[in-house]
Amino acid sequence: MSEFKLKVRRFKPEEGDGPYWESFKVDLEPTLSVLDGLLQAKDREDGSLSVRCSCRAAICGSCGVKINGQSTLACKTMLEDAQHEADRTSANGKPAEIVVEPMGNMPVLKDLVTDMESTHWAKIRRVTPWLIPDGPPPEGEYIVPPESMIDVTQSMACIQCGACVSSCLSMEADPDFIGPAALAKAYRFAGDPRDGQAEERLHDLANDPHGIYDCTHCFSCIDACPKGVAPMDQIMRLRRMAGDEFKIDDHNNGYRHETAFTKIIEKKGTLDESLLLQESLAPGVKGKLIPRPGAIKGLLESIPTAIRGLRTGKMRSLPKLIPGVHPKLPDGAQDQVKKIYAHSEEHHYELNLYIRGEEADDEAPVPEAEAIPEAAIVPEPDESEAGQ
Amino acid sequence: MPNHDVLVIGAGLAGQRAALAAAEAGVSVGIISKVHPVRSHSNAAQGGINAALNEDDSWESHAFDTIKGSDYLADQHAVEIMTRAAPEELLHLEHLGVTFHRNEKGELGTRAFGGASAARTYYVADITGQAIMHVLYEQLMKHSEDVERYEEYFTSELALDDDGQCVGAVCRNIKDGSMELFGAKAVILATGGNGQVWKPTTNALICTGDGIAMAYRAGAKLMDMEMVQYHPTTLAGKGFLITEGARGEGAHLLNAKGERFMERYAPNKMELASRDVVSRAEQTEINEGRGFPDGTVALDITVVPRKRIHEALREIVLVGKDFAGVDITREPIHIKPGNHYTMGGVKTDVEGRTEVPGLYAAGEVACVSVHGGNRLGANSLLDTLIFGRRSGVDAAERAKGRGPARPSKRTLDAEEAKIADLIGREKGSGRRVSEIKLELGQTMDGKVAVFREAEGLNEALETVKRLQEEAKTCYVDDHGTVFNQDVLGAIELDFMLDNAEATCVAAIHRTESRGAQFRTDFPERNDEEWLKHIDLLLKDGASEISYSNVTLTQWEPQERTY
Repeated sequence: MSEFKLKVRRFKPEEGDGPYWESFKVDLEPTLSVLDGLLQAKDREDGSLSVRCSCRAAICGSCGVKINGQSTLACKTMLEDAQHEADRTSANGKPAEIVVEPMGNMPVLKDLVTDMESTHWAKIRRVTPWLIPDGPPPEGEYIVPPESMIDVTQSMACIQCGACVSSCLSMEADPDFIGPAALAKAYRFAGDPRDGQAEERLHDLANDPHGIYDCTHCFSCIDACPKGVAPMDQIMRLRRMAGDEFKIDDHNNGYRHETAFTKIIEKKGTLDESLLLQESLAPGVKGKLIPRPGAIKGLLESIPTAIRGLRTGKMRSLPKLIPGVHPKLPDGAQDQVKKIYAHSEEHHYELNLYIRGEEADDEAPVPEAEAIPEAAIVPEPDESEAGQ
Repeated sequence: MPNHDVLVIGAGLAGQRAALAAAEAGVSVGIISKVHPVRSHSNAAQGGINAALNEDDSWESHAFDTIKGSDYLADQHAVEIMTRAAPEELLHLEHLGVTFHRNEKGELGTRAFGGASAARTYYVADITGQAIMHVLYEQLMKHSEDVERYEEYFTSELALDDDGQCVGAVCRNIKDGSMELFGAKAVILATGGNGQVWKPTTNALICTGDGIAMAYRAGAKLMDMEMVQYHPTTLAGKGFLITEGARGEGAHLLNAKGERFMERYAPNKMELASRDVVSRAEQTEINEGRGFPDGTVALDITVVPRKRIHEALREIVLVGKDFAGVDITREPIHIKPGNHYTMGGVKTDVEGRTEVPGLYAAGEVACVSVHGGNRLGANSLLDTLIFGRRSGVDAAERAKGRGPARPSKRTLDAEEAKIADLIGREKGSGRRVSEIKLELGQTMDGKVAVFREAEGLNEALETVKRLQEEAKTCYVDDHGTVFNQDVLGAIELDFMLDNAEATCVAAIHRTESRGAQFRTDFPERNDEEWLKHIDLLLKDGASEISYSNVTLTQWEPQERTY
């Protein structure tokens, strides 16, 4: 048994006061969870401490909270790990309390209980979350490639705990962003060969200003997800399907921006901000000679953003805006970048934890002989080919 | 007052399936759940769902395995209905979008499971229950105009009319503490099992036997309450489940000497004998000193190819890593038998009807009985879906011929008074709810577990009765309205104690060994006297015992070996 201190952010709506902090001392095996700690405090000290919980085994998705600022499940976080993290980040280097707060990006109902209905579930319903097959079902089962079921099972593994939503930085900036959980759910249908509405779904999500192009690749959701769903990966798959497979040229300039971004880096090794806007709105010589509708308007509308970028230092200096002034990478690094591009074209496959199990492998290095056989890494069919 | 034709209480697989079936029949449906539906405990069903779908398999073979597994206590006509309907239900789920594992040809693929003579378990990695339940919830969202959802509403009492018919229920809206009286022409209980009565258990904290207790108080009979499944592979101490799918994929059980001890207990089926047999074998090894010092034996999954483990057993890779600090792909994991499943429950017919008119039950709360003395792995999901659907259809039929239900406000007033009394008790007036729960759980796990005998069972019953008295003066800290889990915990404690009492009474009464009920003082199965169900009826506060016959169709009881 060891003693731990949990510093819990509490809120009692009936009392009309704001949230406050309360510390609880608990006495438990270090390998037990933060949820076990909260339940001991509730059982022994204060039964009014509220936290949703049920399975205690990271299956039901009830106990999403923030522990030391990180969105996660309370049942899946060991006390000793939480303590270690609290000490590591403690400002004065002294042993710290484990800080437990309700999830972010959601209103708090009481203590650690948030209102998931108005945020999380409303967004899940936004993506038409049910299978829409073409026509009546076959007499037997649908015959589909075995990998396709394993592929969508990764997003099916989502337990709707809300940890990704809680951690989402885009949603902090745009509360209307459909968000990581709902978009991962959308991939579960768009990527399911039995669904007949993939293209319609993708048009919808690509053209919604709060849709797939509203994600900023911050990886927070992948960090937060307790089930290895990797919501951001699913969003990127939706983008690849929308752009590469269905050639959806969205109103948000999302696909063109992404294409311009990758092309500029392929060409120059680093991002040349001076080219980004023009290349996304009016790509190449053709795009400049015959601007597509809205391109000029879009460029004009971007001027305030460009000025803001200059002022804040995001676009570093005025000369950099002149095309061609962008500095070259030293020592042939430029060629290395191109090699990376070529390699990724050649070895394109999606990471899927159900196939690779790579999460288990990165902690303990595997001796050569025991390493996963090559056959264990099953590349998925190239998506653009699969769509043709 | 919310009023529906059919009111479903509980939103796991049985409840959601019942609600969808009733809605399809064209009646208005409400579904109430004390947690958000996707938090329900059907999530935890890892391994799969049985169906004789392959050409070389047959429903008769599935039925026989189920009946033999039940130690001949299952009602055979009910088992026939379930196993015949299984393939169609499975395909229905597949068509709705469940991402079942495929073979190389893209057809549905199977894995082996305990007690089964064919590989007929269909699965989604080891998250089968979760995958099916989330797909059913997708359907509930799709049909939101036909099925009204009351998420995070706690049901504390059923409402009866003067003729003793069930006409609704009293619920507390957990989000704001308001009490509401629901009216319904038919009520379907789908509240799950009572695993929390034991500690440790594989069951979630919500599995407190609410429906079993409420039906019992409303005058329904309980059946087979002595039949409590101990799962062979649970993590010591915490009670987490390691799926039977692990053994289905080929994992071995080893004692501390490294012996594959199942050779001595089930030479043919080995690790894939039925659960009661494997749990008893493990407990015998542990009791006779061949276990590990922590009171466990080992499950060795390293014999399964790593790629296959990651593809098919990923969830337990995570469970091993997160909750035991063991990489199951590299070393054996220590396990022991642990409380897992309530075979008994509210007695129903094959349409889900209980003895109270208008009240139905389906899933783990119910006892049809298709599991008898021991449930086979991957039959519980099937039970929830088949009898959930049948209850929904029959309840809709019943509702169609009736005028609106008018439950009496008296029931609501009584529940409000009960909660006011609970909140009004002074701190220190009695024991804490959590203390009583702990003592109950440890008592039951100590005395009403894998091996039982009269003395221990009677002691357990005495303890339960004392705890029932103590529960009357327990107090709660939370006097608020929003998310007051403290009050709900005290109500659940009452439900749990009723469940415990019924289990002890039935276990004391059955003086033989059958299925999960192994009496060391009566070690033999005794078909002459005990090929029958024990039914319990609550009369003047005490359990009245009666019997009902086991329905035999084409399978005569035989000696049971694996």
